[in-house]
Amino acid sequence: MPLNRKIAYIDLTTGDIQTKPIPLEVRKKFLGGRGLDAYLLYNHTKKGCDPLGPENALMISGGILTATCASATARTHVMAKSPLTGLLGSANMGGFFAPELAWAGFHHLVIKGKAKHPVYIYVHNGEIEIRDAREIWGNTVPDTQWAIREDLGDQEVKSCVCGPAGENLVRFANVMTGIKNSGGRTGMGCVMGSKNLKAVAARGTMDIKIARPAEALEYNKRFIDQIVSAKVNQTQGALGTAFIWGATNSWGGVRCRNFQYNQCEYADDIEPERIDEIAEETMGPYHMTGCYGCQVHCRAQYKIPEGPYAGKYDEGPEYTSQGAFGGETDTPRALTVLVGNHLVDQFGMDNLETGSLISWAMELYEKGIITSKQTDGLDLRWGNDDAVIEMIERICYRKGWLGDTLADGGIPASKKIGKKSFDYLIQVKGMSNLHSDERATPGLALNIATASRGSDHLRSRPAIDLYHLPQDVLRKIYSNPVAYDGPLSSEHTEYIGKPWQVFWHENCYMGVDSLGICKYHTTFLGATLPNFEDWSKVLYYNTGLEMTPEEIWQVARRNNMLERLFNLREGLIRDDLEKGDMLNHRYFDEPCRRGAIDVVGRLIDKEKFIKMIDELYEHKGLDPDGVPKPETLKELGLQKEPSHLL
Amino acid sequence: MAKALHIDYHKCTGCRLCELVCAVSHDGISNPIRSRIRVMKWEAEGLYIPMSCQQCEDAPCMNVCPVKAISRDESLGRISVDYDACIGCRSCVGVCPFGAMNFNAIDKQVFKCDLCDGDPQCVRFCEVKAVDFIEADEICTSKRRTAAERVSAAGKEAAALEAQL
Repeated sequence: MPLNRKIAYIDLTTGDIQTKPIPLEVRKKFLGGRGLDAYLLYNHTKKGCDPLGPENALMISGGILTATCASATARTHVMAKSPLTGLLGSANMGGFFAPELAWAGFHHLVIKGKAKHPVYIYVHNGEIEIRDAREIWGNTVPDTQWAIREDLGDQEVKSCVCGPAGENLVRFANVMTGIKNSGGRTGMGCVMGSKNLKAVAARGTMDIKIARPAEALEYNKRFIDQIVSAKVNQTQGALGTAFIWGATNSWGGVRCRNFQYNQCEYADDIEPERIDEIAEETMGPYHMTGCYGCQVHCRAQYKIPEGPYAGKYDEGPEYTSQGAFGGETDTPRALTVLVGNHLVDQFGMDNLETGSLISWAMELYEKGIITSKQTDGLDLRWGNDDAVIEMIERICYRKGWLGDTLADGGIPASKKIGKKSFDYLIQVKGMSNLHSDERATPGLALNIATASRGSDHLRSRPAIDLYHLPQDVLRKIYSNPVAYDGPLSSEHTEYIGKPWQVFWHENCYMGVDSLGICKYHTTFLGATLPNFEDWSKVLYYNTGLEMTPEEIWQVARRNNMLERLFNLREGLIRDDLEKGDMLNHRYFDEPCRRGAIDVVGRLIDKEKFIKMIDELYEHKGLDPDGVPKPETLKELGLQKEPSHLL
Repeated sequence: MAKALHIDYHKCTGCRLCELVCAVSHDGISNPIRSRIRVMKWEAEGLYIPMSCQQCEDAPCMNVCPVKAISRDESLGRISVDYDACIGCRSCVGVCPFGAMNFNAIDKQVFKCDLCDGDPQCVRFCEVKAVDFIEADEICTSKRRTAAERVSAAGKEAAALEAQL
């Protein structure tokens, strides 16, 4: 049964390892994955703990459905206090690690302490050992994984690792597995580096008994048919997420030149079809690859066609890399995107944060806030491809004044640079926004302002808001599994009804993250894709656990509230520009300059925006300061946290 | 003519769903070591090759079996193991040139692809059809067509080059 997978507590300082079963009552309360990780983080860290100190707890987990017959249950979740934001740190990635961890007998690892020298953890059929990684330290992300396979003499081992960026304590270093599966955002790789932990390797051959195999299989088949019939997934399966670029750029929803424009001109060169032309092996049904058990197969494979990195193999580039190394820096050239994407994959560094900070530095360079003195002579003008590539490496290895400064993240860098540099920084809670521009889409702006891990599109984004769905379709989606009879608008530039959509998606995404399913298999990009009702069934068929859609909704609310409690404990204040639910002034002051006719001239109306936050707080059961009301905590059974059930 | 499992590794995305559905449909358990089909991977090159039983005409496993527990089932076009006769000596595992005869250390039994009695689940779930189930004598037809297309394209390219001269 998936429910008999255990939790292990590993202390890297003492070498002590304890394993425990996960009680059923805990499962029913938090399910697993990100939700249970949030509970563990709240319980296993103390207020104000140093994110880079041995007292920070690093959680690595799979969801409750990992490696079962539900579809696309490949997601690995990683959580700790973030060294980038000082608030919640959370990363989620695909690949093959979490299923291997489950076959090795575990769903959750809690790692504390700091090893005396570089080590890696090896989890194998119910057993855990800490092994020497001194020979492996310094390796790139893929090389680390191959070296561990050599060390263990087993080619089937799967590892999640930190790259050189994590070792160098770049505050936005990723934890990664495979070629490009990135546990990005909030610097979980940096936490690994701070613990001298190079990798966690897993190999398992322990049975996971499926509660009702015949039903689970048939339901999975239905699930897959539904998922591959969605147009969005078909396109994604042929071109990768890079297909999104053309649409969002044409209507004016991407950041260009940091935040100066909301559209990138002459960007056809970074369209997937163009990349397909120049890269040796990329795109199309014959050159796509997928995560465990997934029929969407959304990642392209490519070889860099020319230049110093010619012939290097990688996967992607994702939509995020097109924006990070093409749009924001105004370098919309395929080769720059391919090389930039390759470098962050090798270094284990967040592409979104890297591209965003480089474009911010470029704007500061343009304004004269930093000069060639701070850039050590590097010409950081807009559109300088070589400078972008050079900066990626400088950040990873903390080379030069600017590389070292940006490696500490946006807010610390703005303090060091001074001179109003903070005003130009596009971030929330200390984490840079991805390359999207939300000035014309209040619902999406509300999402990034209030997301639990900072400016982020994967926590609560109502992405389907852009499809202008008819009222009755919206009503059907958003009044399940709990009733909602408030307003809903099909118009993406509207403010009404959006707080409920953000609240609904926040719970939906917490649902998939706790089950261990990928967001491309739920109501994220595809409006018709499965959610609560289907999860209730797959959960029962695979684990035997009986939970109604409403109960899963409640679990999602509870888990989101735990993340809120953690953030409040660590200093979240509603209107704070550094640690709050608030956007940079530019969203309210600078109108969109490009894009579709209903987008040009748009900006966020601050008064209406603040009302949206108020309304979202109402839905979540928070008071006007963003603090949970006592009755909300009582309803969710969280009055006595930390409760130390695990 | 019976159908045969046809694997086109060019189409494989490496997701291993075939392994999952094989293990679950046969044993009700998720565990890759219980799967009759296994995807071999070279991640650094993006190369994924599903491996399964070829149901050989002159099957080494059948030939080597000391107790004649392995036989050919003509109607389904498969090689089957008679577990009442099998003594678990694993000789068949040793001689299979494809590593497609497996040994399950948990149940202490050899096992191999049985084509799911004519409805292979790996084929049913593989959307990209990297694993397909087609008439054995039809496999070469599609390959021949693809090869002919290459010849034709090469001919056109050569003609175009010649025209430029």
